[in-house]
Amino acid sequence: MSTNSITTKDVTFKVFRFNSETDYLPTYKEYKMEVTSEEVVLDILDRIKWDIDGSFSYRRSCRHGICGACAIQVNGRATLACKMNLHELTNIFGDELVIEPQSTKRSVKDMIIDKSDFWAKHAQIKPYLISEIDEHPEMECIVSPEETEQILESDLCIQCGACHYACPALEVNEQFIGPAAFVKAYRFEADVRDDAHHERLVEVALPDQGVWDCVKCFECAEACPKEINPIEKITKLHNMLFDQKVFKNPVAERHAVGFAHSVKKHGLLDEGELVRYSEGNIGVLKHVPVALKMFSKGKIVLPWNMPKSDNLDEIQKLVKSSSTTKY
Amino acid sequence: MSKLKYALFTGCTAKESTPEQMMSTMAVADKLGIELIELTEASCCGASHLQDYDDFLSLVLNARNIAYAEKHGLTMVTICNTCQLNTAMTKHRLDNNAELKARVNQKLGEVGLEYKGTSQITHFLYAIIDDFGLDRLKEMVVKPLSQFNIAPFYGCHNIRPSELQNETHNSKENPYNPTSLDDLIIACGGANVDYAEKNKCCGFHAELQAPKTAATLTGNALAGAMDKNADWMVTPCPLCHLKLDTQYHHASVAIGREVKMPVLHMQQMVGLALGCSAAELGLQHHVSKVDFV
Repeated sequence: MSTNSITTKDVTFKVFRFNSETDYLPTYKEYKMEVTSEEVVLDILDRIKWDIDGSFSYRRSCRHGICGACAIQVNGRATLACKMNLHELTNIFGDELVIEPQSTKRSVKDMIIDKSDFWAKHAQIKPYLISEIDEHPEMECIVSPEETEQILESDLCIQCGACHYACPALEVNEQFIGPAAFVKAYRFEADVRDDAHHERLVEVALPDQGVWDCVKCFECAEACPKEINPIEKITKLHNMLFDQKVFKNPVAERHAVGFAHSVKKHGLLDEGELVRYSEGNIGVLKHVPVALKMFSKGKIVLPWNMPKSDNLDEIQKLVKSSSTTKY
Repeated sequence: MSKLKYALFTGCTAKESTPEQMMSTMAVADKLGIELIELTEASCCGASHLQDYDDFLSLVLNARNIAYAEKHGLTMVTICNTCQLNTAMTKHRLDNNAELKARVNQKLGEVGLEYKGTSQITHFLYAIIDDFGLDRLKEMVVKPLSQFNIAPFYGCHNIRPSELQNETHNSKENPYNPTSLDDLIIACGGANVDYAEKNKCCGFHAELQAPKTAATLTGNALAGAMDKNADWMVTPCPLCHLKLDTQYHHASVAIGREVKMPVLHMQQMVGLALGCSAAELGLQHHVSKVDFV
């Protein structure tokens, strides 16, 4: 880039400050600075520490988007400080930027958080190749380029935690394994050399912690600085659960399968029947109070009035010829 | 300017649990002079759940829906964020993968259809903003919503993944600071409420599988809007609407605090500003009573 294109801008930074050893509550300190279009967020963290307040604490190491240490949040946006250009952020949020750790409730000191939950989730899904290795192999263990492609770049994860701490399902349910560990689980599930497929998939299939608790918000896809697209891997894990017949969460499994049943019968989704089929005849009863309120407002279509798509025969033919999964 | 005309993919809820969404869509299109040709042949988009079970089947079904829009030679307009996501995602995948497109077309050929990739896919919110224009809309407002603080609730699948969003709509929206719905509120004469949950998840897609998670997210959204003194919320997504409008009891229990407020579909808000009646917009179909009209 030529130097004459450099521009400057006055930006106010509201920076989260907290020391778990001395403080009960965090404070936000304001720093006004002139920043150039060349600077990244890490430059600002450095300037605060080096020029203003030496006690300001944050993690940093490689400065090249490889180590993942400097991941923080700016105005709620997952940010790898060493990669994120300041002017890009002011274009989104204006000239006042709020600098916070990935999780304010896990802050130990300023930007530094206790990431033990992140590592515990990784450990839970057995993040390593499990295989009976022949100690005296007579030939190479060859993995073809096509087989390698199936990993879908999930091995590029730098474990920065951006997706993990951006995930709303994890925010409200500590048991949830979360997108980063799911990506890691997929990385080994998709590895043809791995022998632990079933064992690992069981972890991923369980209620409250597994992939079925994903709310499908795509926050993880947005947060990932390496563009790994965690939710794509979560969908792949769902597909694997059906392929490998790892069924641990009947409501969730039937909820997915119910769509296929409904499309085959009506073209459209039969909303009431989907709830009944997913929950079962007993489980469905807990939905009756809300259903009655909806019925009184004309929001429930009775089974005999269920609308159907035109040319339903086409849809039925396609369901028959294009189905690739059985439940 | 020639009359705007789209192929309307209603999705399933408009035909079932959110009849008011269908009513208000047609009422607003009529007021704005937008012609909507309903794709009555369309099937369910799979709502991102069929994809978990059978990805290829969902691609074929969504490609079939788009093929019908292509037959009309029209842009497809959706009125549900999740329909928008699944349809636009199908288009994205097929347009960028010739082998996959050929496999899908082989199936569609069995019923005499072909996916070509010639139709664009946009949500009605962005059709109004990008194609109709907010300046024109402003001029048509007869009953401005100037007495209301209105909290926009964007719904995940219109704003994320942003890569898809930016490829689909002219309004380049940032998922961390979206503006389209705020701009629409202002165009209708209302005051837009800024709150942290406006671009967050309502929990709808995990309602049966993870009821506590889902209810907590719904509660947080309603509480966020209430704490910023919103009079009501507005959303372009019927699934968010279902969650926020009908599940306030579970949401209140989950977050330990009473939360409830009227929630309008984006079309209903525009309809009110354009002078449509409450009955035309189906306000009688709401569970959380709309008490200000």
